[in-house]
Amino acid sequence: MTAAPPAPRAPTRASTVEFRHVTKRYDAGAKNTPGAVNDLSLTVPAGKICVLVGPSGCGKTTSLKMVNRLIEPTSGEILIDGEDAAQRDVIELRRSIGYVIQQVGLFPHQTIGENVVTVPRLLGWSKERQRERADELLALIGLEPGKYRNRYPSQLSGGERQRVGVARALAADPPIMLMDEPFGAVDPIVRERLQNEFLRLQEELAKTILFVTHDIDEAIKMGDLVAVMQVGGHLAQFASPDEILASPASDFVARFVGADRGLKRLSLSRVGALQLRPTTTAKVGEDAAAARRRASADPLGYLLLVDDQNRPLGWIAHEDIPQEGQLTESMADSMSPLLDRRTTLKDALSMLLDANVQVGIVVDRNGAVLGVVTADMIAERMRETVREGPFVPHAPEVDPSAIAADAVGGSADREPEPEPQAAGAP
Amino acid sequence: MIDWGWMADHLDELAFRTLQHLYLTAIAVIAGFAISFVLAVWSVRRRAVYPPIAALAGVLYTIPSLALFAALVPVTGLRSIVTAEFPLVAYTLLIFIRNIVSGFDAVPRDVLEAADGMGYTPRRRLWLVELPLALPLVIAGIRLATVSTIGLVTITGILGDGLGGLGFFIFEAYRHTFLTETLFGAVPLMLLAVVADVVLVRVQRRLTPWSRPARPSEDATIATVGA
Repeated sequence: MTAAPPAPRAPTRASTVEFRHVTKRYDAGAKNTPGAVNDLSLTVPAGKICVLVGPSGCGKTTSLKMVNRLIEPTSGEILIDGEDAAQRDVIELRRSIGYVIQQVGLFPHQTIGENVVTVPRLLGWSKERQRERADELLALIGLEPGKYRNRYPSQLSGGERQRVGVARALAADPPIMLMDEPFGAVDPIVRERLQNEFLRLQEELAKTILFVTHDIDEAIKMGDLVAVMQVGGHLAQFASPDEILASPASDFVARFVGADRGLKRLSLSRVGALQLRPTTTAKVGEDAAAARRRASADPLGYLLLVDDQNRPLGWIAHEDIPQEGQLTESMADSMSPLLDRRTTLKDALSMLLDANVQVGIVVDRNGAVLGVVTADMIAERMRETVREGPFVPHAPEVDPSAIAADAVGGSADREPEPEPQAAGAP
Repeated sequence: MIDWGWMADHLDELAFRTLQHLYLTAIAVIAGFAISFVLAVWSVRRRAVYPPIAALAGVLYTIPSLALFAALVPVTGLRSIVTAEFPLVAYTLLIFIRNIVSGFDAVPRDVLEAADGMGYTPRRRLWLVELPLALPLVIAGIRLATVSTIGLVTITGILGDGLGGLGFFIFEAYRHTFLTETLFGAVPLMLLAVVADVVLVRVQRRLTPWSRPARPSEDATIATVGA
């Protein structure tokens, strides 16, 4: 859907955001106050997505709004590239930070084109430059400028409005974006699409993003780093999604991420991260006797029949291979689920559990066999990564070479790719 | 019954009185709006001042205009336009203040939050975000105040021939029991009120093109789902 993304450009600037002993208290009597924050210290490295997640009243939104000073901290400081935000002019500060909220907050009296260039307008860009930027942004988020530029927000669907909200936040190319449940107001299908699109954008833009959600699945999906917050404004754990799932720091975190955290971790890794097991193959038309000999040497006792392009046709059991003659396509008996390197381990396991044969065939972009994966291998992988050393922010979870190879192959034929969860990857 | 010839003879006077009527109405509406706008914005910014302001405007609204004239004549004079306009302006305050405050209250909170978060200064936010979005209710207030003032201007005719607008004919007719002249004042008066209302509705549509019934075009929906 995203219309051709703009030509790759130099990574835009991003800033480091550091919370230093930030506390926000509200008077005991005050009504309808947002959640308090208690001595929050954390650092979001430049260019990373940090998700603040927790139940309502945990202070995640308060923390976010203290960055652009919609809320002023009671004590402590927030440093942006080492500079105390409290010392900066508040209007100038806000114009330098992208801000996306759940209800979007588009200006109903302005067209979409006017809405997206709100900050450039405030900054006094020329009309010409504003117009160009508006069209560029609409194209970036996949809304055809000619069609959408002059519409009003009320004429857009919920998903389109949320996209426009993101475009508006990006308009002046801010080094930091604050996103408060930015995809919260749309149905799950649209939300997932928006998340994927956003991750794809972020791969190019590499902004520093603080992202608030109450949904742990969204946090795991979107975050390079996840800060789990607890009611009272306490930071319960600050780590990579994988570490939070693998070793929750407290009972609270364990309960919050859910009993199925093992399964959730599977969605963080991809088939490409596994050492694929080679399999014995034979081409249609090959001599049966030779193939039979090879099959008997295979530990599984099966032969994978492939076509002349090396694409899998099905398995043949050792004992079903004729003593002589040639292999034919009809000999292939059962077939396995086909996986590619970008399939998440969660999806892979699910497909294996569904299939007759608990062996998944991994194929490349052209459908040629690369190797096989078994449920045991997936379980093994999970055991390996549970006991990883000390926390390293954004340790690549996916084999980068696998992704890179796919990405290169993929540019030629733009088929819908599986979601780029590569956000966690470099 | 109706003396058409008399009417034909007095068309010049009708035009003059109609213009006078509009003039007296415009002064009241404009002055009333200016005062109300300041008070309403103050009320929106500092909520505590709203109840006393609304109460005061409410009290003013209940004072009969004749009593107000009686009280003002010794101070401001009998044939004075100030005497005439004072009650007219006073009566618009309640309508305006309520409508302007409601208009500002109707601006969605998320829009204000977005405006603040993106770095609007309070002044820019007021003029470029809040006021435009408050317009439908503000203009509704202007319509109401205009139509009611058009009716009230008539009463000022009691202060002298130089005032009263179309009400002049009605007072004259009352003195001479002349039905034709009553109608000569009353019918244009009603037409004036209706025309003013229709014009203001047009103005509102023109100024708030975004508030037409929202109809997300079908292809927009499909574009999202099937994109």
